[in-house]
Amino acid sequence: MFKRDPEDGTLSQDVTPPPPSVTETERDELRRQGILLTTLQELYTWGNSHSVWPLNFGLACCAIEMIAASMAKFDIARFGSEVFRPSPRQADLLIVSGTVTKKMAPQVIRLWNQMPEPKYCIAMGACAISGGPFKQGYNVLKGIDRFIPVDIYIPGCPPRPEALLHGLVQLQKKIQGFKLTGPDAPRHFRDDQPCNCPVPEFGEHDLEPPANPAVWTAPPAIVRKD
Amino acid sequence: MESPEQIRDRLLVQFPGAEISVVTNPGIAAQHSLLLGAAHARAIAEFLRDDPTLRLDQCSNVTGIDWPEKEIVETTNISTPDPANPAGPPTVVEQKTKRLQPGFLEVVYHLYSITHRHGPVIFRLRTGNRTDQATVPSLTPVWCSCEFQEREVFDLFGVTFVGHPDLRRILMWDEFKDHPMRRDYVEPDDYEWEPTPHGAVLEKTKAHYPTPPTPAAVAPVKGAAP
Amino acid sequence: MSVPDFSALNAERATPGARVREVHDSFHGDLLEVSMGPHHPSTHGVFRMIVTLDGETIVKLKPVFGYLHRNHEKLGETVTYLGSMPYTDRLDYLSSMTNNWAYALAVEKLAGQAVPERAEYVRVILAELTRLLNHTCLVGFLMQDCGCSGTPLMYAFREREYILDLFESLSGSRMMCNYQRFGGCRVDPSADWLAGAQKLTDRYGTFLDEFETLLTGNEIIMARTQGVGKLSPELAINAGVTGPMLRATGVNYDLRKVDAYGVYPRFDFRVPLGDHGDVYDRYMIRVLEMRESIKILQQALAGLPAGPIMDPKAKLRSFRPKAGEAYGRIEGPKGEIGFYLLSDGSPNPYRYRIRPPSFINLTVLEDMCLGHTVADAVIILGSVDIVLGEVDR
Repeated sequence: MFKRDPEDGTLSQDVTPPPPSVTETERDELRRQGILLTTLQELYTWGNSHSVWPLNFGLACCAIEMIAASMAKFDIARFGSEVFRPSPRQADLLIVSGTVTKKMAPQVIRLWNQMPEPKYCIAMGACAISGGPFKQGYNVLKGIDRFIPVDIYIPGCPPRPEALLHGLVQLQKKIQGFKLTGPDAPRHFRDDQPCNCPVPEFGEHDLEPPANPAVWTAPPAIVRKD
Repeated sequence: MESPEQIRDRLLVQFPGAEISVVTNPGIAAQHSLLLGAAHARAIAEFLRDDPTLRLDQCSNVTGIDWPEKEIVETTNISTPDPANPAGPPTVVEQKTKRLQPGFLEVVYHLYSITHRHGPVIFRLRTGNRTDQATVPSLTPVWCSCEFQEREVFDLFGVTFVGHPDLRRILMWDEFKDHPMRRDYVEPDDYEWEPTPHGAVLEKTKAHYPTPPTPAAVAPVKGAAP
Repeated sequence: MSVPDFSALNAERATPGARVREVHDSFHGDLLEVSMGPHHPSTHGVFRMIVTLDGETIVKLKPVFGYLHRNHEKLGETVTYLGSMPYTDRLDYLSSMTNNWAYALAVEKLAGQAVPERAEYVRVILAELTRLLNHTCLVGFLMQDCGCSGTPLMYAFREREYILDLFESLSGSRMMCNYQRFGGCRVDPSADWLAGAQKLTDRYGTFLDEFETLLTGNEIIMARTQGVGKLSPELAINAGVTGPMLRATGVNYDLRKVDAYGVYPRFDFRVPLGDHGDVYDRYMIRVLEMRESIKILQQALAGLPAGPIMDPKAKLRSFRPKAGEAYGRIEGPKGEIGFYLLSDGSPNPYRYRIRPPSFINLTVLEDMCLGHTVADAVIILGSVDIVLGEVDR
């Protein structure tokens, strides 16, 4: 979807419609003359995708690997995401790094609601995706996507720091594909879609409601062929 | 260190009339334990802590165990002589009697001595039943290490500790009504399809899918490249 | 040693307000209740404490648990004995090898399973590597809490990667090793692996020297940690505090010496003891324990015998121990980690209970924090060395 120019390293997007009035070769030629032609959309998403600030928020085992990813060996700073913000008001990215218990779920959703748009969510690890090894536990939420929309899922128990970096790069690609206007524009550019998710209440036996129907539907029954 | 029998004999001298018996452990570990009655439990605990030869100053571990009521079927053979042939073999009639063994909750304490470096001395307290008499005396005033552990047993098993300074739920939220570590706890039904269920999950799968779904192509993952 | 008056100790503990040492008069005011956590950058995960402040001074502190309650004990009743082994990795996810060992030890007690000598040595090597890993990370996190933002944690995680590389090449997983089995270990370490462990052991002392040059004599750290969060030995014993926290108060109690499990009696090592029971002592105990761990590692690597790594008679599939119960414990990096197993003769345990050291060590959190400020409470919590996977289970 994206390719990087081998000479000067700029990113270019091969979106087919609408047909560009200036071709790629013409743009390259102009760039050699010192004239940069770009679209506002490209510029915006380029800047947005390379300064994704995660929330300094660890849940369980995966949080240790998240810290490891920000340390010397893996160095998440190479991708512009080393600024772990302690406050949700300053963060763009919620990395749900670990098991979300039912007791913790309302807090996670409240943090998500406190983050300003544009905001993204990475479900890191098997527990955040589906409950993982603890899926059958009475206090374990079967995936954070039951309550908030998730952009990137990173499988693993726990995923290696490299996997987190890969997930981050995938998120950057996703952001670079965003349209600023029109019906394909993401949630935060549109008036008709809510940014916040309702926070469930503690019930007598379970969370009430146990899932947010606006973002989650039960998965279909998939039977493996073997 | 003294054997549980010796400790029992010494305790019976110290506390005449106290209910103390030795519960033998049939396993290979042979960690036998003492079963204490509720009336003298607190005094006995203080004695065990301060007695110069035992000095069990550390209460390491507090565990709850649920023993639900179970139906015991006893088979007795009643042999009656054959009236036609008294010398011959008697007719044997099997008679089955059903007996309901009442359920109870049990709290097990593991004690060690840091001063004398010995242990464990294990003792158990039992509740009257699992519903309205689920109380045992709290030993938090004797060893404050019991404080959180007894709260945990209260939360997960529903044993009320009389004399505990701060008996609240500790792991589940305050509005929660059930005691999830009991054997008959029914967890909220938030079943989600799993491709390879087994064990208890298979039972849930059968309840939700009385006729098993036919093998189908694995649905494409949302958002993946076609 | 005379008998301490535990009853008076507990009576004082139960009296609210009796334990606050001093409140600065100039800051005297209305009581303010602050909820720290479950999302707080310094609570080491999803721990929450409700702190009541008089001015700046803490007069009450109530920890709130359960935000990572993952139902280990209930799940342990639904899976087989071997099936619980991967779950133990996820209890204290910084030291999975010692969790494995504690669980394997409890099951071996329950089933009367013998362990070959080579496996015992390998277990000691892995447990001491885990101790190095855990204590290094803890010191990094503690210094992060003190305000040394970045550098010590960066150094700690650099060393952690070297140890995790060893774990990964042995067990296949960085953090969740799932390596020990009832009656031995899963795979035999190769000569290359042992050479790598030897290299790391030889080098680790140099790293500790570097670490200590940075931290131990540092004036700011001393001013920040000395005399903060004092714990008396009587209260520590009565509250079931174990591990480096207990030894920092001066109580000589190390399960490696007391229970003499495994092959620990064969090694020559000392038990470092503290004097004041404050945060600085807890830091020093960890550094000194790491030095002792290096000594144990050198001896264990030199004396590693040849032989099988698994007891050939050990049963893994259709493993049904006789009915009965057993409690097994070892000295984990955080304290006494124990497993209580109750078998009814079926493939699953009837009761599977974890004795979590950091959960029980938190009993004295309020006692240590009273009279201090919120900034001190953060480092006191850091010095307890909690991992929420184990606290809440």
